[in-house]
Amino acid sequence: MAHSAPSVDFRTRLQEWIPKLVLSPSLAAMLIFVYGFIAFTIYLSFTDSKMLPSYDWVGFENFAKLWNLSAWWVAVVNLMIFASLYIIICTVIGLTLAILLDQKIRGEGVLRPIYLYPMALSFIVTGTAWKWIMDPGIGIENSMHLWGWTSFQFNWIKDRDMAIYTVVIAAVWQTSGFVMAMFLAGLRGIDNEILKAAQIDGASNFSLYRRIVIPLLRPAFLSAFVILAHLAVKSYDLIIALTGGGPGRATELPATFMYSYTFTRNSMGIGAASAVIMLMTIAAIMTPYLYAELKEKS
Amino acid sequence: MRYLSITTLLLATASPVLAEPSVEVMHFWTSGGEAAALGAVRDKVVADGVAWVDAPVAGGGGDAAKTALQTRIASGNPPAAMLMLGQNIIDWANEGLLGNVDTLAAAQGWDAALPQAVKDFTKIDGHYVSVPTNVHRTDMIWASKAAFDKIGAAYPTTWEELNALAPKFIEAGIIPLAHGGQAWQEAYMFEAVAAGVGGADFYRKALIELDDATLRGPDMVAVFDQMAALRGMVDENFSGRDWNLASAMVIKGEAAMQIMGDWAKGEFINAGKLAGADYACIPVPKAKGDSFVYLVNSLSLFTQTDPDLIAAQEVLASAIMDPAVQVAFNQAKGAIPARTDIDVSIMDACAQETSAALGSNDAGGTAVPTFAGTHAANAAVVGAATDAITAFFNSEMTAAEGATSLADAIAAAR
Repeated sequence: MAHSAPSVDFRTRLQEWIPKLVLSPSLAAMLIFVYGFIAFTIYLSFTDSKMLPSYDWVGFENFAKLWNLSAWWVAVVNLMIFASLYIIICTVIGLTLAILLDQKIRGEGVLRPIYLYPMALSFIVTGTAWKWIMDPGIGIENSMHLWGWTSFQFNWIKDRDMAIYTVVIAAVWQTSGFVMAMFLAGLRGIDNEILKAAQIDGASNFSLYRRIVIPLLRPAFLSAFVILAHLAVKSYDLIIALTGGGPGRATELPATFMYSYTFTRNSMGIGAASAVIMLMTIAAIMTPYLYAELKEKS
Repeated sequence: MRYLSITTLLLATASPVLAEPSVEVMHFWTSGGEAAALGAVRDKVVADGVAWVDAPVAGGGGDAAKTALQTRIASGNPPAAMLMLGQNIIDWANEGLLGNVDTLAAAQGWDAALPQAVKDFTKIDGHYVSVPTNVHRTDMIWASKAAFDKIGAAYPTTWEELNALAPKFIEAGIIPLAHGGQAWQEAYMFEAVAAGVGGADFYRKALIELDDATLRGPDMVAVFDQMAALRGMVDENFSGRDWNLASAMVIKGEAAMQIMGDWAKGEFINAGKLAGADYACIPVPKAKGDSFVYLVNSLSLFTQTDPDLIAAQEVLASAIMDPAVQVAFNQAKGAIPARTDIDVSIMDACAQETSAALGSNDAGGTAVPTFAGTHAANAAVVGAATDAITAFFNSEMTAAEGATSLADAIAAAR
């Protein structure tokens, strides 16, 4: 009795343990390299770290300094402009393209990858290409002038008030196709019976989309929002390639601010504080949204 | 136990186990001229029997290399030597991470060979922690002879002359000032103007001592007035342009002048232009006596415990300071030797003039360290000041507002 029980148990126990064993290395790695370093960054934001991490506690001094910096305010305001326009425009364009592509048109197989393709490029490539396209000396403005439309003007990238919108243009170009693919998948998942029933009831095409299709796409909206919001907050490479933060410092975002204070200006404490603020921003937007969405489903 | 031994094995293979002594040099000199310059040092080191382990980290004017260094220090694996600038050397020395080559320096008489300006950034607290390869002059104007000939003007020797030239150039279809609108370029332009308009004493008080009254004073307003005049001389398209593209505008004669450090010379030489015949290298006008804004490049030596590595560091230091290497290095780099006691007559006219100017300004106490290159102040202050300077240059702020915002930015960052 005492001898036979463990041998039976061993198989079941092994079956129980193997998934845990297999997953544990990646779990441990994630705990250390994601959450461990988040904790480390939060700790650093309360220290007087300059060039190298230091462990002298200074309380909220870094945060006070941070919010007194005009450069940080510029970055925060830029992020608000950029993130809201980027998320809204991408969602609208993505949804429109998806609905149009879903009309059983010819050549969908060709069009879909064309719209999706920009996503395959890195933001560095997108940024560099758009930098040239929007440069008044060599890009669109110059071409228009060469074609004879000499009054044409498009110098936003050199204009400190408009430059942040050029970032929106490039980012929207990059990501709308991807959002479209997500919405298209959502549209394909909608039960045709529901649509037919609505059509029989005499619903117009417009109200069909407004009342049935778009509400049914809620999960797709959620994924699109989550992906776009985090892309917006972590935008770094696009800024570096497109404007380098300029003209002046007109297109700095929190991510570029964080890098320059942490690594090039020997103010690691302030850099860490800005990273913590960014994390809190994301958490403040995402948590209620995810909570509401996920709670409703279950 | 077996895992432990595998780990040790991995660690052992990861660190360089070489039979001959070697020296690992971390740097960001990856462009053609820079790499060729470093090659002069490498050849000498290799000839002296020490293997050279090259660790280049490209990009960002050294920012990327600095980030890489920080991670190497954090993991307890510093390179033997690292290219770094100004206050960074002092910061690393204060962290206690830099070794020194004092015995070698004493034996070779470095104290007499190097100007005080260079020693300020290589001999920290009485120890030679860094070995200088070259000195750059940052307050220079690069002028196109063709452009000046077209309007029949001489090179400017005062700021008034310079400002009066601008409308004539515009009339002739030439851009008066080629400029790349990137924050760091505006910072270098600002320090050149500060030294030229305000003079060496003002420069020291404002940008090294960071004296608040001087930063808000009339001299600073005059500096910003001149910056505003320069702001009116650039083309519409200047924002975001790389510095070498601005140099190319002068080379092609599309623009008349560029205010830039003497690393711009490499662009002119590579384009096959001759100093004097095609272009001129002149210091910016000096309203209040001579001055010379310098930037020192040096390789800093990290503390080593292995005696073989220490010996290898001395070979490296000795190679850098070798007079022939200093000349060869700087012919390729476009700078001037850090030593002022050696013969530079085989170098080009620009380099000879700059080298002589360094000697005379160092003796006269009017050589001042670069602000934009973080010699005069630390990275946090320079970063904040750069924000204010670039904001001024990209706006219609008045000179008085510019001076106030600069002083506020510096006060906040101290």
